[in-house]
Order: sequence, then structure tokens, then C-alpha cells
Amino acid sequence: MYSYTLKRLFQGLITIWFIATATFVAMHSVPGDPLINERGVNEEIRRNLEERYGLDRPVLEQYLIYMSNMAKGDFGISFTQQNRSVNDIIREHFPVSATLGILAIVFAGIGGVLWGALTALYRNRLPDVIIMFLVILGISVPSFVIAAIGQLALVSLNGLVGFSVLPVAGWGTVLHMLVPSLVLGLGTMAFLTRLMRSSMLEIISADFVRTAYSKGLPPTRIFMKHQLRNAILPVITVLGPAIAAITTGGFVVELVFAIPGLGRFFVQAVQQLDYTVIMGTTVFYGAFLVFMVIAVDLIYGFVDPRVRLE
Amino acid sequence: MKDLVLIAKDFAPIAVEREAQSITRPSLSYWQDAWLRLKTNRRALISLFIVVGLLVFTIAGPWVWTIDPAAQDLDQLSSPPGANRRAIIVTPYLPWSGITADSVPISGQTIGATAEIRLAQPATTQAVRLEWDPVPGATGYRVYRNLYSPAPDGALGLPIGEIYDARRISYEDLLDLRPTRFWYSIVATDELGQEVAEYTTLVVNVIRVVTVDEAISDGLVGPNVVPKLGDEVFVKLHPLGTDYLGRDMLARLMYGARVSLFIGIIAPLFFVLIGILYGSAAGFIGGRVDQFLMRFADFVVALPFLLFMILFKIAFGIGPGESGILPMLVALIVLSWPATARLVRGQILQIREEAYIAASQLLGAKTYYLILRHMIPNTLGVILVTITFAVPTVIFVEAFLSFIGMGVAPPTPSWGSMCNEGIQTMLNHPHELIFPALLISITVLAFNLLGDGLRDALDARMRSRE
Amino acid sequence: MNNLKSGTSDALTRTASTQLIWLGLAATIGFAMLMGLLYWVSSLTGSHTTTLNAIDAESGTVTLLLRTEPPQLDSTRATDSVSISVLGHVMEGLLRFDENNQLAPGVAERWEIREDGATFWLRPDARWSDGVPVTAHDFVFAWRTAISPATASEYAFILYPVKNGESINSGNLPVEALGVRAVNNQTLEVEFEQPLAYFEELVAFSTYHPIREDFYHSREGRYGADVDDLLYNGPFEMTLWVHGAHVRLEKNPDYWGRERIRLNVIDMPYFTTDATSALNLFKDGKVAVVDYLGAEQLNEVLQQRWQLKRFGDGSVWFLAFNFSPDRITSNWHLRKALQLVTDPSELVNRVIKLPGNLPGESLFPVWLQGVNTFFRQEHPVPKIELNLEAAREHLEIAMEELGLDNPPSIALLVDDSPGAAKQAEYFQNLYGSQLGLDIRIDRQIFKQRLAKMQNQDFDLAVYGWGPDFADPLTFGELFASWNPNNNGRFNNTEYDESVRLAQSSLNPQTRMEAFARQQEILIEEVALIPNYERGRVYITDRRLQGVVRRAVGPDPDYTNAFISSD
Repeated sequence: MYSYTLKRLFQGLITIWFIATATFVAMHSVPGDPLINERGVNEEIRRNLEERYGLDRPVLEQYLIYMSNMAKGDFGISFTQQNRSVNDIIREHFPVSATLGILAIVFAGIGGVLWGALTALYRNRLPDVIIMFLVILGISVPSFVIAAIGQLALVSLNGLVGFSVLPVAGWGTVLHMLVPSLVLGLGTMAFLTRLMRSSMLEIISADFVRTAYSKGLPPTRIFMKHQLRNAILPVITVLGPAIAAITTGGFVVELVFAIPGLGRFFVQAVQQLDYTVIMGTTVFYGAFLVFMVIAVDLIYGFVDPRVRLE
Repeated sequence: MKDLVLIAKDFAPIAVEREAQSITRPSLSYWQDAWLRLKTNRRALISLFIVVGLLVFTIAGPWVWTIDPAAQDLDQLSSPPGANRRAIIVTPYLPWSGITADSVPISGQTIGATAEIRLAQPATTQAVRLEWDPVPGATGYRVYRNLYSPAPDGALGLPIGEIYDARRISYEDLLDLRPTRFWYSIVATDELGQEVAEYTTLVVNVIRVVTVDEAISDGLVGPNVVPKLGDEVFVKLHPLGTDYLGRDMLARLMYGARVSLFIGIIAPLFFVLIGILYGSAAGFIGGRVDQFLMRFADFVVALPFLLFMILFKIAFGIGPGESGILPMLVALIVLSWPATARLVRGQILQIREEAYIAASQLLGAKTYYLILRHMIPNTLGVILVTITFAVPTVIFVEAFLSFIGMGVAPPTPSWGSMCNEGIQTMLNHPHELIFPALLISITVLAFNLLGDGLRDALDARMRSRE
Repeated sequence: MNNLKSGTSDALTRTASTQLIWLGLAATIGFAMLMGLLYWVSSLTGSHTTTLNAIDAESGTVTLLLRTEPPQLDSTRATDSVSISVLGHVMEGLLRFDENNQLAPGVAERWEIREDGATFWLRPDARWSDGVPVTAHDFVFAWRTAISPATASEYAFILYPVKNGESINSGNLPVEALGVRAVNNQTLEVEFEQPLAYFEELVAFSTYHPIREDFYHSREGRYGADVDDLLYNGPFEMTLWVHGAHVRLEKNPDYWGRERIRLNVIDMPYFTTDATSALNLFKDGKVAVVDYLGAEQLNEVLQQRWQLKRFGDGSVWFLAFNFSPDRITSNWHLRKALQLVTDPSELVNRVIKLPGNLPGESLFPVWLQGVNTFFRQEHPVPKIELNLEAAREHLEIAMEELGLDNPPSIALLVDDSPGAAKQAEYFQNLYGSQLGLDIRIDRQIFKQRLAKMQNQDFDLAVYGWGPDFADPLTFGELFASWNPNNNGRFNNTEYDESVRLAQSSLNPQTRMEAFARQQEILIEEVALIPNYERGRVYITDRRLQGVVRRAVGPDPDYTNAFISSD
């Protein structure tokens, strides 16, 4: 177990190195110039700027400096926010994205399991049809359309009630979190509902359920202990990829709901060709995802006794 | 005893009169079986028809509906489907110098509103020309236009004109004129340039007009017919309305489908192909090479997908006149192949250990025979399902990139970019959002359901289970 | 058997769904608790404030939104309109703009501009937010910092009129050589590089704001990065800055003109570039102003009966040509052909569709002042009539001169904003259908477009220029051959001489005539095709009065705003 964890962590580190290198290569093959501005500047200023960001050195040296700084956990200074470090930017904005992501994944998980179980129980009956229709909407409508319509619905709701039930955009209070995280989790929830439904359907007619029933176990116990628990297992396996989808899917929600998350900063940084912010954010996200996947694998080992971690 | 003469015929076996009871069915190949299975799945079958329909819409559509998707009809901007197309033929637009009064009466009292606003000529979609009486004491005027009556709270509407000379008592409105009803209001300004409280309003019904030349060049009248002034014609038909530049939505949706579906289908085909080659290479060679190849695939999987999509998009760049489809394809392929590679490798490893492969080998089958006869057919089902499920994902990626402004370059339409443009006008012109969003949804749904059906139909385990 | 089975499963279904409902309830409660927990965790690290409605008359608070995060509030480096707007509220230069957009005394009580320099007498009651008086030394330090090549300020050029400015910025002279000195704490003495007609305009600009030396050094390179990394001397001070999320300005009790300021708090808890979100917030009564609207949103605004206002933001937008000899756009006939089919009025009325935008006619916008009245009234632009026939003839000649058999293809460089794409598509269709030219749109993200512009990698470019100060020179200079922003490398000796004259002369008559000549040359040479003078349409809450919009200087400006009682 320990050696497995250690091995996975070591592999994770190599993966992060790979991500960092790929990011560096991609970034340095981008045409354009991060130091260029609308008002032209003279040679001397240009030289100074290049020196400040180390762009005057050979690429290989830049790479080595970048790598050694990163190993120390220093992503450098932003190009656009000239007196803020990328570390500051990540420290301030990642928690926002993470909060949003956690809520979305929890919402998606809970919703997916509950709706999935419900539709399986009522297979081909009215609740099933209604929920599956909504699920299909959740799967097939692009996230930015859902986000925009969600915001419009909020405005209409507030207008109808006459006061602000829920905030329309922004960040800072508990209420600000609700709608964006629901919108963000919707797609994943729909996906999980489908998954849960099919795995539940398989379980419902499984032999051990019938056995349990004929043994005279109370229905409550059969449902909770035998059906639900077993049906959830496949759902857990896809949580890892789902986390990745949700963290990056946050871009859209952050843009539409004016949430100060890291995704929005990334999109802005790309517009501005802010090298350090782009590289820092990518490597950070990459590392985060790598460790999340490892964590999900480890958790799965605990939950499912059939899985042995070696 | 009679001589028993036996001839050869007597030794012939008795014909079997009746076949013994037996259970047989026509021998079915894997694919025939799969097709039968798919046919019984109603949802998958409908999806298949939808997919075929979409392809027909994309490929054959532009031959049937031959409107140029880039042609701009600046007289019909953002017009919804089923809009009134009636128009009157008039003379071409001529500039108007307006009216300037010789002097403005001086007033000792507070500045009021003008007595009346008049139309200098009938209001048309070419121009609305207003004139009014000079307001005593005014230093200038502000002209407002509204879609609703400004009374009772005095919301005057769009500030379309500012006039800094009180003698100038006319205004020509050219701004985005539509055949609708406008409320024009004129307010005078005082010596500080502030608006006074009183205003005058005029209700104007604007009529749609076209010139003789336009009517002929757009084919609004029959060939060899010279339209007369005052004739009524119908402007060009746009069954699904037009977009913000007056371009035909139907034509744009068809061309947009070419982009969205092209990327959606070609990208999965390519990355699956690469995945197959890579995965089967790893699976066959095995050992260290396999380890190395798979480690590398793991690295690529670990790259944050959307972030790298964006990075690649800017790294490849788009030159002048390019649509940017190619860079998007390359980026998608570079980032997406490892999943298939893993899958194929897993399948190959599994199949290699199957008993029937060993049997086949014992019977002297060559490697190529093994690959052609056993490996490929047995993995093909899985691969087909992968491709089907990859299509919706890729279509969504394209739409997402368009949303953050990294999609295909204008004027190339794609469903994603049309959706993004439509979102801006969601409230006023919902048709600009609804149609592309609907097409995306239908496509994504169809491919998802088809994928489900294919998976059920192609899964060998399912075949043996029934 | 069958009956039995369905009977049992029905019973099972019923129990199971009851349980699911309970589970769902528990999950909902759990989800709410998780939200609370996350909120509590985040409140440990960052500060949170509850946000009020758009207008709170009792506390004198208005709630607004910011388009983007100010990249930094270091006045020597600020270049974007958001930073300049915020700086305009929390800082004050020697002069400021008043509620009528006129120059008014700021930190300087009175001043004197001479041919060779200027003197400013500072008011004794101007204070920093820590109570220390603002002195002439703070200006000397700030200007030296801004001009120093080590600071690498993009806007250093705005200090070039001060003696030795350009040489210092190019690294040829030490910063101490800058022609500014503090005679005493209250007197600032400036030497000019050459006679200058618009220095008053310049000192109101944010690059000329003061910075206190000891404080600047104490921040160790983080000056202006955060709420504690700034000292304020303006009508407001910043009390909260949650990056990317929330800026709060409160009335500065130490400000010398505090009686004038009527708002207590300007709260900006929303940062969004998304026009739809901005309008939704306004609709929801959460923000008091939407500082510009898109054409798509106007019908909604009319329906809601909100009062629209408009103003010109001062910028001029045009198609710029590349004059490099290897580009076909260096051919006059080709440019003339384009000029003769371009109708700015159609662009404004049918494509941009926003009131307030004026069809472009000249590089010099209508709002510029001439000698007695508006410059454009004194010197009207030569009228160009649309003429398709003549345009085609010019194109023929151009093709002959260039040795082309077919109409050429032309690269049109634009940025990736939706508006720019729309205009590019319009031009593509226009020149394609009228002249048969193949316009190839080259859409690039912001920095890549700039790089392409500055490397002359374009034929045509959609280009806008906003004024740095309210003098025609800020536009006229743009096409001088030495100007680094003359990206198309337009080079005309007579034009250059005329700009030199306008730069050095102090006689308004001479200067305006020079600008008129420049205007003529630009049109004769078809150096650009004017598209439009940008206008903005905005909405404010009816209770909020006195919001000032302007083309030059901090915009929007709420320093004079107040909440009306009705």
C-alpha cells in the first residue's frame, strides 16, 4: 500500500515535470510578443523589460531557470500585473475555483446517484421519462448556453419576486456560490445519472438481491445495503475524470457569473500573452489534476474491497 | 419363392422424407448480427437516421439552398423567421442638407418644447427626416427615438442625435431603421447644455422600401420586368431569419455544420487511427517498449486538456484568410489520442491471451491472419463506439473555444461561434441562438444515443448473454 | 409468479423511493452545510463584505462594476482605462478635471506656464492618506521614476516635453537630469524641452501624479500592487481590494476639497467584461451604472424604460494602411479605390448600430477645440463622394502599376473582439462585392495583433487611437514618420514639417492651420480610411446624478456624483 502510494507519487512528479516542459515549449513557440504594448517604447526600455523577465537569455538557460524556480515553488512575476507574483495570483484565485469545483462535484455526485437510482426504480414510468429528458438536456446543451440561461432565469426570478432572492453575479457570500456551482455541476450530474441508472438496473435484477429478498430481509436494508451501495461503485471510478472536467469547465461559469476564479484569469492571461501566468496556471492545474487522480485511485482502493492496490 | 431380383437401384438409400427436428438459423457474421441488434434498438435507429440526415443537410444542403452564407443583406439585419417582407419601390437615397432657420427667437422665460415635429418626407427604411419649429431660447436639441411611448415617466429612449446649434431644426435618422413604429422626441437644451424638462413626441410608422436597382439585382421582380415606383414587392426570403449582418441563417447553419461536423468527425477518426497504431504497436511489441510507450501516453493524458487546447491554438496561430480549423484539428488530435491507444492496447493484450488465438496459432495461422481475422474484428466494435462518443465531445470543445474567442476565424461560420454570437442577442433575437444551439444539441444527442446502441450491438459479451 | 414478482418489486420501489427522498433531504442539508463551511474557510483567508443594493442613500454608497481588474495602481505604469479611472478617484495631480470637464486646480493652487517652463505653487493643505503633506519633492520623485528606463513605463513618452525626458528614457542621461526640481516644499519648477502649448493638459494625466519616495521604497517593488501598497492623496481612498473581485473606495477625510465630495463610499464588488452580466446586474438593482452597452442590448433597455445617455469616448477608428514598398497598399490608386467605396455612415448605422458613434471623416475628431470654436468647424474636412465607377478605374490603374492580372488579395488585421470581427466581415463583403478584392481577415489575439502591427505584417488594419491629451497633436503626431506608433510607416516630408511646426509653435492660429494641412494631406494621400468616432451609450440609476464621462482623463468619474433624494 505504502510502496504503491510512493510509486504513484513519484510517477506524479515526473508527470508534472513533463507538463511543465510541454507548457514551456508550447509557450515559447507562440508567435507574438508579451512585451509589446499599444504605445511603442524605445530600445532601452525594451532591453530593461527583457532583462526583468529573463527573456534576453538563451532559451535553454531560460528553461533551466524556470525549472529550478518552479522546483522552489516560484512561478515568477506576472507580465501584466507587473508587481504581483504568479504565486499570489494562484493563491488568491485558486480557492475560489476550488470552492466552486467542490460544490459542483458534490452536487453532481449526490444528484447523479439519487436521480439515477430513482429513474432505475421507476424504469420507463413517468419519473424516469421526465428525469431522463432533463438529463438529455444537461448532456446535449453547451455549458455556456446553460450558464447564460441560468443567469437570465435568476434575473427573471428576482424580478418576479420583487427582491433579490439570489445574486445574479459576483462572489463573496454563501448565496453567490449556489447557482454557479449548480450550473457547473449540471453536465456532470447528467452524465452520472445515466451511469447510475444503468448500473442500478443491472443490480436490481441481480441474483444476490433476489436472494436477499427471499431470505426475508426488510426492503429498506436490501435497497441501502445491497442495491445502492453496489450500484455506486462505477460512479466513483469516473469521479477522477469528472473532477478534471469540472475544474476546467469552471472557465465558462466564472466568465458568465463574474467569479474571480483562476480560469477567468487564465483566459485573460492568454489574451495578454502573459507568459508567466499562463505557464504557472497550467503547471499548477496539471499538478492538481495529477494528484486528484492519484487520490481518487487510492480512495477507490478503500471503497471497493475487490480492488487491490499494488 | 419368387426370384428376388435385386438391382442397383434397390440399394440406393431411402430418401429422407422428413427432416428431423432441428434448430438452425442462417449463419450470421459479426456485422450482420450487430446490424440486426441495432435495428431492434429504436432509439439508436432514430439517432442513426438523424446522423444521416445531418450529413445530408451538411453535404447536400448547400446545393439545394444556394444562398451565399457570406452575402450580407444590410436591409434585413437580425430579422426573425417569418418576418413581414413587404416593401415598396422608391427612388434611390439622396443626401439631405436639412433645414436651418435664419434665427432663433429669444425668450425671456423658461425654455419650452417645440410645438410640433413634422416628417419632411414619408418615413422609410432609407431615412426618417424630421423637422420642427425653433424653440425660443434654446442652444441646441437632443433627438431621441423609442420603441415605446415615452409617456408617462419620460423615458425618451435612444439618444440618437445631439445638435449644438439652435438654428438647426431638422434631423435625419439613418440608424438601424426597421419597418416598425418609432416614437421620436425632441428636447431643447439650455445655455449650460442641459436638457429642459419639456419634450415633444411624434409617432412614426416606418415602411420598408427598396430601390428599383436593388429590386432588379436581388431578383425581387420577375425577369425583364421593370418595377415602377410605388410597386409592392417582397424582399428576399430567409426561412430561418438572418444574423447581425443580414446573412442567411439557414445557409450559415449549413456551412457551420461543415465546420462543426467536419471537426467533430475528422478529429476522432484521426486520433483513433493514431491511437490504434500506437496502442497495437505497444500491445504487440510488449516489454520495455510497451512500458515506455504507455508512460508517454500517460503524460499526454495528464496535460490539462482545455488549457492546452488554448495554448496550442495560440501557438499554432492563424494566418490571414485562414479559418483556423486545421490548428484546432491538430491540437485535438495531439491531445486526444492516448485514450484510444490505452484502450486498443488493453484489447490487444486481452485478445492475445484468448484460447481461440492459441488454437488458431496451433492450426498454423500466420500473424497477419491473426491480426486480420481475429484482432481487428474484435477490437473494431470498441473503436467504433469510441469514435461515436468522441464526436459530441469534440463538438463541445469547438463551441467552448468559440465562446472564449478562440474558435474559428470569421467569416467562417461554425455552430459554436454562431451560438456565441447568438448569446449576445438572446433577448432581442432569440432565433440567432436557438437554431445553432438546437443543432448542436440534436447532434450531440444523436451521437450519444447511437453510441449507446452501437455499444449494445457490438459488445461480444452481450451477444453471448441472451 | 409474475404477479408475485411485480408485487414485491412494487413494494421495494415504494420503500426505496421513500428512502431516496430522505437521502435527498439529507443530501440537500449536507450540501448547504458544505457551502457554509466553504464560506467560513474562505472568510478565514480573505475579507468579505456583504453587498448592498445599487444605491444606498442612507450611507451614501453607490455600487458599481468594474470591467476588469486594474493590473496595478502604480501611476507610473498604469496604461489601461480602468486603472486610470480608479487612480483618478484615489489620486490627484497638480491639476484635475472638474465636473464640466474643465481643468481645475488640484494639488497646485496656482501655476504659471512660460515659453521655457512652468512653475506650480502647491496648496499647503494637500495631504497623503497618512497625514503627511504632499510636497513638490513627491512630484519630482514620481516623474523621475516614470521616466527612468529601469521602470520601463509604457507611458514614459508623456513626460518627454519635460527637459531631457527623452534622453533619460533612452538611457543617455541620468534621471537627475530631468528638467524638474522642487524649489521648496511648496514650489515645483519645470523646464521644457521646447515651447509647449498643452502642458496643463498633461499634468492632469495619471503618469504625472505624485508618489512619496520613502513609501515607494518601503514597498520593495510592490508599490500599487495592493490596498496597503499605496498612499492616497485624492478625494477617495481605497479601503478594500480583493483581486479580481472587489474594490471599495471611501471618501478621504484628509482630502483638501472634502466639502466638494458628496459620495461616502464607491463599492465595486463585480468585475466583469461580459455585457450581458453587466446588464443583468443592473436589472437586478445591484449596480447603479452600466458604463457601456452593446447594440444588442438597447431594445431590452428601452423595454425596461431606463434612461439612456451617450458620450463620445474621444477615440477615432480607421483602416490603417501599410506603406512599406513591398506591400500593394503602398499603391495610391489602390487606396483611392478603397476610399471611394467606403461609406462610414453605412458602417455606423447598419453594422455598429449604436447611437453616439459618428461616421468617421477625418483623423481629427469633432470634439477637438480649434482657435475659437471646434477645430472641425473651423477647418471642415474635404468631402469625398462615393463613386463606384471611379473606384473601379483606380483599381484598374493600380493593377496595371502593380503588374497584376486579377484583383489582389489583401490581409486585413483585426483583434479578436466581437465588434472588430463584425466590422472586418463587413469590409470583406464590401470590398469583395464592390471591387472584387479578396480581403483575407487576419484575426489575432491582442498581443499578437500588436506584434503584427509593429512588425508591418499587414496590408490593412482596423485601428483605433484614443487621445492622451486634449490637443489635436495627440492625433496629428500619429502619422509623423518618426512616431513609433506610425505602424504603417506613412512617410511624407510636408506632413512631418507640419507636425514639427505644431509641436513647437505656441500660436494657436499657426498650430490649427498646421493641423488643417495635416488633415488635407492625409485625405489626399489616402493615408487612412476613417471609420467612426466611437460613442458609448450608458445607463445610470435615476437617483445617481453628476456622473462625468470624458474622452481624456479618468472615465467614468464619480468624484462629483451624488445621490438625489427623489
